Amino acid sequence: MDIRRSSTIPRWVIVVAVVGAVFVLFPLVAMTTRVDWPNFLVLITSPSSVAALLLSLRTSLAATAACVVLGVPLALMLARTEFRGQRLVRALVLLPLVLPPVIGGIALLAAFGRRGLLGQTFDFFGVTIAFSTTAVVIAQTFVALPFLVLSLESSLRLAGTRYEAVAATLGARPTTVLRRITLPLIFPALLSGAVLSFARALGEFGATLTFAGSLQGVTRTLPLEIYLQRETDPDAAVALSLVLVLVAVLVVGLTLRTSTVPSLVRRGTS
Amino acid sequence: MKLRSLPSIAIAVAVIAGSSACSSTGPAVPSTRSTAALSGSITVFAAASLTGTFTVLATKFEAKHRGTTVELSFAGSADLVTQITNGAPADVFASADTKNMTKLTDANLVEGKPVNFATNVLEIAVPPGNPASIATFADLAKPGVRTVVCAPQVPCGSATIAVEQASGVSLAPVSEESAVTDVLGKVSSGEADAGLVYVTDIKAAGSKVTGITFPESSAAVNTYPIATLTGSANVALAKAFIDYVTGAIGQEEFAAAGFGKP
Repeated sequence: MDIRRSSTIPRWVIVVAVVGAVFVLFPLVAMTTRVDWPNFLVLITSPSSVAALLLSLRTSLAATAACVVLGVPLALMLARTEFRGQRLVRALVLLPLVLPPVIGGIALLAAFGRRGLLGQTFDFFGVTIAFSTTAVVIAQTFVALPFLVLSLESSLRLAGTRYEAVAATLGARPTTVLRRITLPLIFPALLSGAVLSFARALGEFGATLTFAGSLQGVTRTLPLEIYLQRETDPDAAVALSLVLVLVAVLVVGLTLRTSTVPSLVRRGTS
Repeated sequence: MKLRSLPSIAIAVAVIAGSSACSSTGPAVPSTRSTAALSGSITVFAAASLTGTFTVLATKFEAKHRGTTVELSFAGSADLVTQITNGAPADVFASADTKNMTKLTDANLVEGKPVNFATNVLEIAVPPGNPASIATFADLAKPGVRTVVCAPQVPCGSATIAVEQASGVSLAPVSEESAVTDVLGKVSSGEADAGLVYVTDIKAAGSKVTGITFPESSAAVNTYPIATLTGSANVALAKAFIDYVTGAIGQEEFAAAGFGKP
């Protein structure tokens, strides 16, 4: 293998790194040996599988859109303003990142559930969230939002405020600065953050199971379908798992392509 | 250079040693012991619905036979079957239905014949106060009533379908959960108006839910079998535990938890 290494990295680090990479990849490769290839297409095109895949894509896209709408202002506020308790707010916003999803589900129930704090309000407007596709999107947004905020905030800090300051001294109004300077500057980070959020939403399981329930075409997303199929049809579960892995590979590939930092920013930080 | 590569070798050795150690973890207890003096330990894989009763019974069994240890592992029956067929070190398996036990007997993983030791039937669970005024099984199909059931793939779900077919009432559930505990959770949190779970689940949930029995439940009686597994390294202790579970003290415990007689 031809690995160019800087003289500061000892050889054993590379050995352990290879072990680490194999550790991650090996189980996924091993899974492909369990796939019932002759029936693969039949397994992944069953009505319940297709319904689950379409629902997963639909809800994850909606959750990603919600993440962008809510996450961009949040990241801007965290990176570009200073206020008391800012560090605490940042820590709390990132909390879903480290919480077990089932706890997210319990928390969402307490807020938006039928007997939750806001449940009565929603009922009043004739909106019921429990057991609806909306509940799935809420659960996915809840767990995916930190990915977008984290990605954007670090990009904003890297980019610095010089260009924004210059634009402002030239008479640009804050919204113009945001539209013409800040957003284009962080656009690659916005893209990769959105792709990561999409991936996280796609994989959401625990919060959905706890908060939204599980009904074909309504709330049973692909991970829930896989978990259920495992009970009676392990072959279908493996086949669907592979589909999700392929989607994940695609997503990661996209992120790597979009996460190249613009040269403008790179120069600013060197 | 030599010094630098040492840690890498150490780690590689640790990784290899660790992986081989993992594959050989099993009860390292000699099996050649007479039944007169029971000793050593066994691992019991039991259906999640047996958590309460088996925990009590294992403690009582250990107290009766000093020097023995009964390790318990609870999960869904199908999950446990998967673990056992993949080589998990278990001595005894107690299933929540005969279907999952049959998977093991078909795979020649069971020593002798499984013994049925308890039965369970479905019951309607409603939140305290019964907000949707459920009284009968047919009420669950009323428009506007949010009913949650188990998915057909899991035992409580196939029992639900059997009851629907026998009663002629077809439900339109708002959710089909993959575990009975998830159904119970949706009811106790008030998200659902009613759910179909086992009698024993309602008893174990205490005041968090109210149970409503219904005659149609007799159409689907779940039978719980227990058996010694062929991989057992302590067959004597495994058999003694099964005798204890199927004996008078075991039956008393099951009756108290709401289980029926086999």
